[in-house]
Amino acid sequence: MSDFILFDEEFHQLKDVIGRLKADAQAKVVFIVDKNGQQIAAMGDMESLDTTSLASLTAGNVAATDGLARLIGEKEFPVLFHEGERDNVYISIVGQRVILVVIFDERSSLGLVRLRVRKANGELERIFDTIQKKVESEKTRRQEGYDSPFAEITDEDIDSLFRE
Amino acid sequence: MTFINYAAREINCKIVYYGPGLCGKTTNLQYIYDRTNPAAKGKLISLATETDRTLFFDFLPLDLGTVRGFKTRFHLYTVPGQVFYDASRKLILKGVDGVVFVADSQEARMDANVESLMNLEKNLVDHGFDLQAIPYVLQLNKRDLPTAVTAEELYRQLNFKGEPTFEATAPTGQGVFDTLKAIAKQVLMELRKK
Repeated sequence: MSDFILFDEEFHQLKDVIGRLKADAQAKVVFIVDKNGQQIAAMGDMESLDTTSLASLTAGNVAATDGLARLIGEKEFPVLFHEGERDNVYISIVGQRVILVVIFDERSSLGLVRLRVRKANGELERIFDTIQKKVESEKTRRQEGYDSPFAEITDEDIDSLFRE
Repeated sequence: MTFINYAAREINCKIVYYGPGLCGKTTNLQYIYDRTNPAAKGKLISLATETDRTLFFDFLPLDLGTVRGFKTRFHLYTVPGQVFYDASRKLILKGVDGVVFVADSQEARMDANVESLMNLEKNLVDHGFDLQAIPYVLQLNKRDLPTAVTAEELYRQLNFKGEPTFEATAPTGQGVFDTLKAIAKQVLMELRKK
């Protein structure tokens, strides 16, 4: 399985898209997580949020729901919605690979969020297609002898991580 | 599947602690959490039953420091060990970079160890991984118990590819960081090859 590599250019494109989505959907926070639980990009008021835990739990949630879907003969449930007293979470799958999460309160509505997410989904899919192509070409370059920045990692580098 | 973020200069890796029920996977994470500098760790999340048995997973994010200008972030997960949680256990292996197998040293748990190891192999195959090839460390836990069989016997029964093996007593921390260090090292070494 190939690694997921995120370059500056696409990172900024992703941030632009989710920044716009946050404004258009009048959401509090928008973030993108990969299906393995790693946060890719986030926009909004994150100070009060533990985004690392959110990313991991979101991925767990989606994985469990995917499992449920398959058990009843569905491919996946592309949208999950959790309604709270104050805040709501709208989760959707982009291109079967990454998860888009929108947290919103009474200043927005489910209808508005759904509409804006649908629009952003297409843009995000295009960016992730580009990322996929870049990852593939990076892999080829490495097979052709181009050194990755990690080719030079030494035992000493790793031991130094564990020194008190 | 390592996530390399050039924009944030971060490497994110996923390590899963696997093993039979009550072998001490959560205790490993708890000890690491307790002994790690607050600046280098996130919250320890446990999705557990009312009786503190792992229901879905435990999760601990750790920042180990910088290698070649990249922050190394490890996400440690445990799986639920009980046999009937296999569907959940399988989900957690998605995108794994390295596995720690925590074996229970007690004689009465030998069959459970072997069954769990076979289950690991099968679940990895379902995700497209090969236990022979993936970064892998064996931990022989509960060495302090009087019912523990000898480390040599456990090694003979459970070590199958000469993987690094550590004796441990997770509640006191013996062997816990040695295990973590060994798996982190293998995962980072794997990056060199890619």
